[in-house]
Amino acid sequence: MEKFSGKIWVLGDDIDTDIIIPTQYLALKTVEDMAPYAFSPLRPELASRIQKGDMIVAGKNFGCGSSREQAPEIIKALGIKCVIAKSFARIFFRNAINNGLLLIENDALQATVSEGDEITVTINEAIEHKGCTYPVTSLPENLVDIINAGGLVKAMRRLNGLD
Amino acid sequence: MGMTIAEKIIAAAAGVSEVKPGDIHTVELDRLMSNDGTTHLTIDMYNQLKNPHIADVNKLVWIVDHNVPCDSVKTAASHKKMRDFAREHGITFYEGAGVCHQVMLENHVTSGELIFGADSHTCAYGAVGAFGTGVGCTDYLYAMVTGTSWLLVPETLRFNLTGKLNAGVYARDLILSIIGMIGANGANYMAMEFGGEGLKTLSMSDRIAICNLCVEAGAKTALMEVDGITLEYLKAHGREPKHRFASDADAHFAKVYDIDLSTIRPIVAKPHFVDNVVDAKECAGIHIDEAFLGSCNNGRIEDLRVGAELIRGKKVHPLVRFLVVPASAKVYSQALSEGIIDTFMEAGAIVMNPNCSVCWGSCQGVIGENEVLISTGTRNFKGRAGHKDSFVYLASAATVTASAIKGEITTADLL
Amino acid sequence: MGLTMIEKIVRNNVGRDVKPGDMVTVNVDRVMIHDIFIPFVAAKFEEMGFQRLWDADKVVLIYDHLVPASQVDDTRHFRVGNEFVQKYGMKNIHRSDGICHQLMTEAGYVKPGNIVFGTDSHTTTYGCVGAFSSGIGYTEMASILGTGTLWIKVPETIRVSITGKLPKNVMAKDIILKLIGDLGADGATYKALEFTGDTVKNMSVASRMSMSNMAIEAGAKCALFTPDEKTAEYCGIELTDRERDLEGDADARYCRVINYKAEDFVPVMACPSNVDNVKPVSALEGKKIDQVFIGSCTNGRLEDLMAAAEILKGKKVAPFVKLIVTPASRKIYREAAANGTMAALAEAGAIITHPGCGLCCGRTGGILTDSEVVVATNNRNFLGRMGTSKVEIYLASPKSAAACALTGKITEP
Repeated sequence: MEKFSGKIWVLGDDIDTDIIIPTQYLALKTVEDMAPYAFSPLRPELASRIQKGDMIVAGKNFGCGSSREQAPEIIKALGIKCVIAKSFARIFFRNAINNGLLLIENDALQATVSEGDEITVTINEAIEHKGCTYPVTSLPENLVDIINAGGLVKAMRRLNGLD
Repeated sequence: MGMTIAEKIIAAAAGVSEVKPGDIHTVELDRLMSNDGTTHLTIDMYNQLKNPHIADVNKLVWIVDHNVPCDSVKTAASHKKMRDFAREHGITFYEGAGVCHQVMLENHVTSGELIFGADSHTCAYGAVGAFGTGVGCTDYLYAMVTGTSWLLVPETLRFNLTGKLNAGVYARDLILSIIGMIGANGANYMAMEFGGEGLKTLSMSDRIAICNLCVEAGAKTALMEVDGITLEYLKAHGREPKHRFASDADAHFAKVYDIDLSTIRPIVAKPHFVDNVVDAKECAGIHIDEAFLGSCNNGRIEDLRVGAELIRGKKVHPLVRFLVVPASAKVYSQALSEGIIDTFMEAGAIVMNPNCSVCWGSCQGVIGENEVLISTGTRNFKGRAGHKDSFVYLASAATVTASAIKGEITTADLL
Repeated sequence: MGLTMIEKIVRNNVGRDVKPGDMVTVNVDRVMIHDIFIPFVAAKFEEMGFQRLWDADKVVLIYDHLVPASQVDDTRHFRVGNEFVQKYGMKNIHRSDGICHQLMTEAGYVKPGNIVFGTDSHTTTYGCVGAFSSGIGYTEMASILGTGTLWIKVPETIRVSITGKLPKNVMAKDIILKLIGDLGADGATYKALEFTGDTVKNMSVASRMSMSNMAIEAGAKCALFTPDEKTAEYCGIELTDRERDLEGDADARYCRVINYKAEDFVPVMACPSNVDNVKPVSALEGKKIDQVFIGSCTNGRLEDLMAAAEILKGKKVAPFVKLIVTPASRKIYREAAANGTMAALAEAGAIITHPGCGLCCGRTGGILTDSEVVVATNNRNFLGRMGTSKVEIYLASPKSAAACALTGKITEP
């Protein structure tokens, strides 16, 4: 299974889609145009500090609120490798999978990590942090299929005989 | 030597018996209007004064009209600054009551007054025989603190109106024709004075539309003779005239124009200048994306009636956004009671709350890249209504409504 | 073993019994796309390689978030939408008729038992007529446009039973806010809510709509009301036996059952900045406010405007307080104009805007700044939703909101 390490940013419970990307920026032309405003109501500096390969560790109900798919797309565009949260809101969950953004549910990590710590993730197996290992559950098979296809767009292109 | 209306108002405000063009006088101001376009800047300057005070708070009227309801955090902050200051100092304050000039005419302005407004279209008050002129916030601040200002006595252009507008031709066509005739700087620094028998055929709404747009010819102010129609309007709004001035027979005019109203035809001002006028029919067939019926120029009940009459039983073209924006809350309530609001709603128009809307271009209703707007607003400058690469045509309520139905510029008689 | 309402709807759709946790592919009865997302849906649809819509009649496009446009690039969304409509032969398009969720039921696009998806989280609204409806992203929408299908996981159901008579100053909004407060913002995540009891049966479809609309704020996948005679009248249909049967069976399995007595409800507000931060209005009384917003797909319907007008009629909004009223649809606006509601609101000093999302989506319609407080009838009070992150948003019923507008303070109706 794929394994990677990175620095983490720590966020709290109920990180809603208006925090991830406020509505006033939703009609900008591209996700790249919107990315600098990510998380701006909560932490205006965050988008500019995130580096490629970083990860987010958050509390419960991450991504609650709107169906705006820009939310996971922007997180991915910022270079975030995966989001680890106690739980995810369902529309955000679907949108993330469909865009190939990895989400991991885990409710133990939050108590021990601090922002800036480094963690190591092995997909569908475990998270390692300061010598401790936190097991993670596997995704359902049909979702793995979408991720393996490279997201829903690629899966549909295959269906239409394009790739 | 006789005096013009403008000269008489300045003389009265300066406390002298006679003034002539070119004189500079210190004048006592009757009223000071400011809106959310610039008031926050005035407040910033006021707060930097060594000894800030307001000469007479009763003269101040502050009106939030440009961005209502508020559409950005930046604007919200400037509105709050204005609201807090007005509340602290006891300034007469309106928010959402309509476009400032309409609110002023409905509630405050009377004949013979001298009024500064921090908005160029303040010349609208000439409709009731008041000298209204637009100023920047520095001039406004000085007047606010001292109650006075200095004023250069302008020369006056006199427009003698005769005859009567034909059916299907409106005051809006008249003033656009005049601006086309004298040019966008044809009245620079001057007063434009309207009188004659033809004036008596024009309603107060027509007169407001005419005076309001005079700044587009560069005028410092616009003035009309006070007559029975003026007095009736003032009475209906609970006011008496301060003075009732007319120009003397031997008054000096820089130039006199005689205009036979019956010769005026429906007009369109093409992008990107107000004096770029042509016969409306020359623009027939130009595709439009949006149509706007509203503004301090043409958002009164009379204008809405013209539009409603045309559109009743018809539909707005599906690809056109037809914005209908009453000029004030009073106009809205009147239109509501007459069923006009419902007529527009039934036809598929977008009926907005009273505000400046797309006339000012930084508010709801803005147009996008390469889009075309036909508008009863005041200006068609490049970028005025939204994207820098967009196009605004100015026309009467009738032409705008007809175009909204057709999906392209047309006149009511061609519908 | 009995079935819950959602299990019946899915069974009817896929033609076999299902249980919670089953992954099934459903045939979609209708989809809704709104103006913010149409450019993204259109791009994904073409990127996926589809040549035609699976069924153009089943696709509805609604402009509401950007009407009227407040930023110069907004109208690009209309242009892209109009091109899409023309290219793929769509007929169901509304360019300025009101909020998508209101129009979907009001204009008859959704019927009891339907399965409907929309590119908006508040798509749960259509549960008010007994439809399974849920919000999705634009990529999934694009795939439905091509295939007419979507995979779903059959959710477990929380049954909420409400019996008795509501106090006079309590509205459906107070019930759903209380429920969200009790469940928590993620208390119904991945689950279906099913409402039952005589209080619910006595409610108008409009009131049910306020509740199903906000179910997403507890994370719910959908929120269902059994179709009845009121539903039939609202939808302009005769109920079939199959539609009448869309009721949770007595022996159905629920993951949780919550019972409320209607008499116990009081006016409540969701306090900043989470919808589940719910408190009685009486505990908040006296807090100074700057603005009141009555509107949205939650509470911009005729009965909401009438409830507010009843309180405001003959009175004036407090000085320096703004009351912004945004009806949910053109039809509602016209009805409110016809029955005198608009005149009463305008006379009281309300700023009445064109129907649309308005302030609720935070792009225009009454944006606020630091330290300002707004009482609003919409569905979200998230940080920064209506301006800066220092704006305090209190969510309330139209009656509570109107009472606050009169006093300039938080006030129980």
